Amino acid sequence: MGTLFSFQDYGALLGLVVNSLIAAVLLGIVGGLVGVFVQVRDMQFAVHGISELSFAGAAGALLLGVNVALGSIVGSLIAGGLIGLLGVRARDRNSVIGVLMPFGLGLGVLFLALYQGRAANKFGLLTGQIVAVDTVQLGWLAGVAVVVLAGMAVIWRPLMFVSADPEVAVARGVPAGALSIAFALLLALAGALAVQVVGALLVLSLLVTPAAAALRVTASPVLAPLLSVTFAVVSAVGGILLALGSSVPISPFVTTISFAIYLVCRLASRRRFGALRGRAAPAVAAVPDPDRGRAVLADGAA
Amino acid sequence: MAFGERVLWRDLDLDLAPGEFLAVLGPNGAGKSTLLKAILGELPLAAGTLEVAGRPPGTGNRAIGYVPQQKSMDAALRLRARDLVGMGLDGHRWGLGRRNPEARRRIDRALAEVGAISYAGAPLGLLSGGEQQRVRIAQALATDPALLLADEPLLSLDLGHQRAVSDMIERRRREHDTSVVFVTHEINPVLDVVDRVLYIVDGRHRLGTPAEVMTSENLSALYRTPVDVLDVRGRIVVVGAPDHPAGPSQHHEDEHAGRNATRGSR
Repeated sequence: MGTLFSFQDYGALLGLVVNSLIAAVLLGIVGGLVGVFVQVRDMQFAVHGISELSFAGAAGALLLGVNVALGSIVGSLIAGGLIGLLGVRARDRNSVIGVLMPFGLGLGVLFLALYQGRAANKFGLLTGQIVAVDTVQLGWLAGVAVVVLAGMAVIWRPLMFVSADPEVAVARGVPAGALSIAFALLLALAGALAVQVVGALLVLSLLVTPAAAALRVTASPVLAPLLSVTFAVVSAVGGILLALGSSVPISPFVTTISFAIYLVCRLASRRRFGALRGRAAPAVAAVPDPDRGRAVLADGAA
Repeated sequence: MAFGERVLWRDLDLDLAPGEFLAVLGPNGAGKSTLLKAILGELPLAAGTLEVAGRPPGTGNRAIGYVPQQKSMDAALRLRARDLVGMGLDGHRWGLGRRNPEARRRIDRALAEVGAISYAGAPLGLLSGGEQQRVRIAQALATDPALLLADEPLLSLDLGHQRAVSDMIERRRREHDTSVVFVTHEINPVLDVVDRVLYIVDGRHRLGTPAEVMTSENLSALYRTPVDVLDVRGRIVVVGAPDHPAGPSQHHEDEHAGRNATRGSR
């Protein structure tokens, strides 16, 4: 352990990664908010698929010598667009993702194999890096974050409606298809942001885990996104601060912190919702049984 | 209304008066839920016209309250009862969804009307089927609709909850003159309050008061097989309707068409 961590010259190092820290805070906010809908819409697998294509885009950009952030955004937008267009229903969506994901990963590996540059650049795309985010890159990231936040602010309420209660939402005139595509694109942008910081393999730790933890401990539509954002920011920033004193990549720290938060929330939720669950042990089955209704009609008595 | 070659119902002429209670009956796949979807404006009619409160059907009509067919609420979904009702009120609007005190009062009032205040803050996934159904009705009534569409609202409820739910709907109709279209397999729980019955079987239908429609002669004609309708202590008992797993071979076609219709209506 002595060689794993070294906090000598920590202050000086910190100065070098100010931009990365800002990026982590932005990512935490975006990831925490988008993550709430990832949970409600059951799109965890989509997050993974998007990040793999984002990785392919970034690797392609690295190979071509263009902006890597731009490459990862293009890759994830393609994935998000396809997922939004082709799979409104969860089952269709998952098979689309299952087909896209290995293809994207394969492309990314191909691009990296062809790339002749520094090995650290390659590895960083998969597992994250804290090599100083330069000011130009930070501008990109901030711009994308603002777009995602603005988009989420506009569609928040109808998206929640159609995600949680699709039948009534459609009857009320909520455009389910358009919202599905809009959210998939915003999710793609958030995924591209996350790839920059934690790497493609571990995007889930910022887009899924914090919101999953938050929804364990609260059902409040206000508290859940706030907690989710807090958890994501703590994970991302904490991960960078720990990684700075070590020779290990950033991602294990981020994933460990967010996992620890999730564990704590899970334990806490047992106490909070356990009591409620006991009370509501349904005497009446909540699952409709179509055959029961048929039998009733045929027999004429119930 | 038709899906491809299959006609779900034809020549249906129905004029629903304010405060009228219409029960829609029929076997699975007869097009009962599809009728609701047409009224909601989600599915176009193959031919004919439909007006809801003087307007052509279109989604987003706030004059209609809709209680969809019940399905189990995901226990992992941490949506509170009052949030579901709030969505019924203003969930379609853009933005973040901050509510003013007036909106919150309306949500409370809707929950109080169905007796769901005590679990307004509980996650829906943890409520029982009967409790969820109360919340659903509060949601449908939050906009103060002129027409309430309920798709099998009594399905999978025990007798006590069936009565509670139908009483709630009946009170709403009496106090606010809300028209009700009530899709159901089982007419007995609502027999006392039903004004008219629409019975749909395989493209044919009968419309009228329960006493007019629920006769052996009518149902035999609808099902095209001898069906006996008996009155047993104020309950209507239908014997011989071929909507049974062990029914005659004609049943096989029905079942197939029914599945098509369900898919089309989703």
